[in-house]
Amino acid sequence: MLVVQNVGHDAEKARNKKAALGTDVVIENFSKEDVNVYDALDDIRDVDKKTKKTLLKVGVDTESEERAGSFLQMDQSDVYAQSSFKEIEIMTTQMAYEKHDWLKDYLWKAVKPDADKYTAETAMREIETENYAGYFIRSLPNTKQTFPVQACMFIADQDVMQTAHNIIIAEENSELHLITGCATGDDVTSALHVGVSEMYLKPGARITFTMVHNWAEQVEVRPRTAIIQERDTTYVNNYILTSPVNSIQSYPTTYCNGENARALFQSIQAGTKDSIIDVGSRAYLNAPNSSAEVISRAIANDESRIFARGHLIGNVPDVKGHLECNGLVLSDESSIHAIPELEANASNLEMTHEAAVGQIDEEEIYYLTSRGLTEEEAASMIVRGFLSMDIKGLPEELARETQKMVDMSLDGM
Amino acid sequence: MLLEVKDLVVEVEGKRILNGVNLSIREGETHVLLGPNGAGKSTLFLTILGFPKYKVVSGSIIFNGEDITNLTTTERVQKGLGVSFQSPPAIRGVSVRDLLKIESDQNPDEELSPEMLEMADKLKFGGDFLDRDVNRGFSGGEVKRSEILQLLAQQPLFTMFDEPDSGVDIENVELIAEELNALLDKDKKPGQRQKAGLLITHLGYILRFVKADKAHVLMHGVIACSGDPEEILEDIRKEGFNGCVGCAECRS
Repeated sequence: MLVVQNVGHDAEKARNKKAALGTDVVIENFSKEDVNVYDALDDIRDVDKKTKKTLLKVGVDTESEERAGSFLQMDQSDVYAQSSFKEIEIMTTQMAYEKHDWLKDYLWKAVKPDADKYTAETAMREIETENYAGYFIRSLPNTKQTFPVQACMFIADQDVMQTAHNIIIAEENSELHLITGCATGDDVTSALHVGVSEMYLKPGARITFTMVHNWAEQVEVRPRTAIIQERDTTYVNNYILTSPVNSIQSYPTTYCNGENARALFQSIQAGTKDSIIDVGSRAYLNAPNSSAEVISRAIANDESRIFARGHLIGNVPDVKGHLECNGLVLSDESSIHAIPELEANASNLEMTHEAAVGQIDEEEIYYLTSRGLTEEEAASMIVRGFLSMDIKGLPEELARETQKMVDMSLDGM
Repeated sequence: MLLEVKDLVVEVEGKRILNGVNLSIREGETHVLLGPNGAGKSTLFLTILGFPKYKVVSGSIIFNGEDITNLTTTERVQKGLGVSFQSPPAIRGVSVRDLLKIESDQNPDEELSPEMLEMADKLKFGGDFLDRDVNRGFSGGEVKRSEILQLLAQQPLFTMFDEPDSGVDIENVELIAEELNALLDKDKKPGQRQKAGLLITHLGYILRFVKADKAHVLMHGVIACSGDPEEILEDIRKEGFNGCVGCAECRS
């Protein structure tokens, strides 16, 4: 219990520690839900119809056969966790904690409990309730499952503070694909979501992690994600947000600690209404021949504000990194602030970035009107084209499905 | 008369470019627009097409019996105007295939029609080419072929070609010319031709393969002279546009 004591101590100290970035959320404005008040589901297909539809929008298909397993958390209740294949373990983090005594070696190891008040709150809730909310997903060594595991964080009740602590482990030479969707119920207008995710890639492992967010307009979102990559690993992160949110701030960070670790972050963000979106990707290149690529496309409309960040840190020679950020500002009241950062702490490494932020080129609109489109149709086609980047790094089937998810969220704009 | 331009005076960003242009083109006819750089040839095209930057100060454009001077570009195109651009912009994430579906009034969710695929092949634009972002990283010749292919999808009544042969290697000029002739109804008997067109060319090389009925020299914002394309081109080849200066001055 020494671990818990340290975590609790650290968390307590950070209780009021504001996050380095993003607007400060008053945690006390949201209600702490009791743990596991909803009945667990025997079958993911038993989710009610309305929720099913909402989940589908974020890529979580309760009817699909082509899933390696599913996880569903509603508010603070873990209602479903089931794997369809023996090579993948899916359970609540609490169950994993009870089952695997080694899990303590992974809890709060990539993300620190005292990082800020949100991680602190998550840690303290775990201690108070004696329960780890969230999912545990692990691919066993030398296994490869191309069907994705789907996991969903769903907020069903008004003004809820949802916390989760997710652990993902890809054991040696295994391949694991995840689709994670986050959404709110129709009646919810305001809530706070804090999700701590820690991912571990053992030598030769590969994880793809595709996340779609679809929150209500007054929801505050503070995910805290870190990834630890050992040698010869590949981590692919895709993030899609096209619906309004009150504010989101996240900066998933990977630590390429082993030789030949590769990371690719791709994100599509469309700011609408008065959303404040502050999303970045960070990679520490700590071992020779490790590399990272960060690609983001951002569109700001209405009164939205987007901060598009990227941060590459090269700590040893022979590493490579590239940042690419493109933004379109569609209204005078919206803004995009691109902040690409390159940090070279060794010689003989290669890091580059390109960023371009601007408005839609009129020439492009006129060109399309000369082919019979109206100006509005032309603008929407240009915006969609701008956002529809080729999602790389996924198995063919999943790539196609992800493209569909992107298209679907763009349709909703 | 398919297209009539009457006393057209046009300003671009406050600067007068066209000074009273008159032009009449019948169904079945192909006209050539010649003139030195900066004479206003592209301005005339883009004014006929209705791009907002080109302000009509006075005069009118009549297309197929209807005054289109105040219509939007979209409306004009829907009525049957088409243009191939000399250097169109590249658009990220918008493929030639996507555009062809829209231009040929196809459901965007369906596969591109076999007829269009066949035409794409003919213009050496099949396969992966169709999925490239339009004009992005295209060579000069690829731009022209993509423009012609899109026009074939659109099937305009009246087509304007802005230097369709520039940057195209010799073997592909014939290929483009063949499709130009199709767009101009040249493959039909003269009496059955419904379509017409206007093309800008610098070198006149394309005219070896596309027969033009009439040529116009645009200079100082007016049509300085009109006549037989061969004769006019021959003069220009010999004397440049110097010989046109006098005519232009007395007309403006």
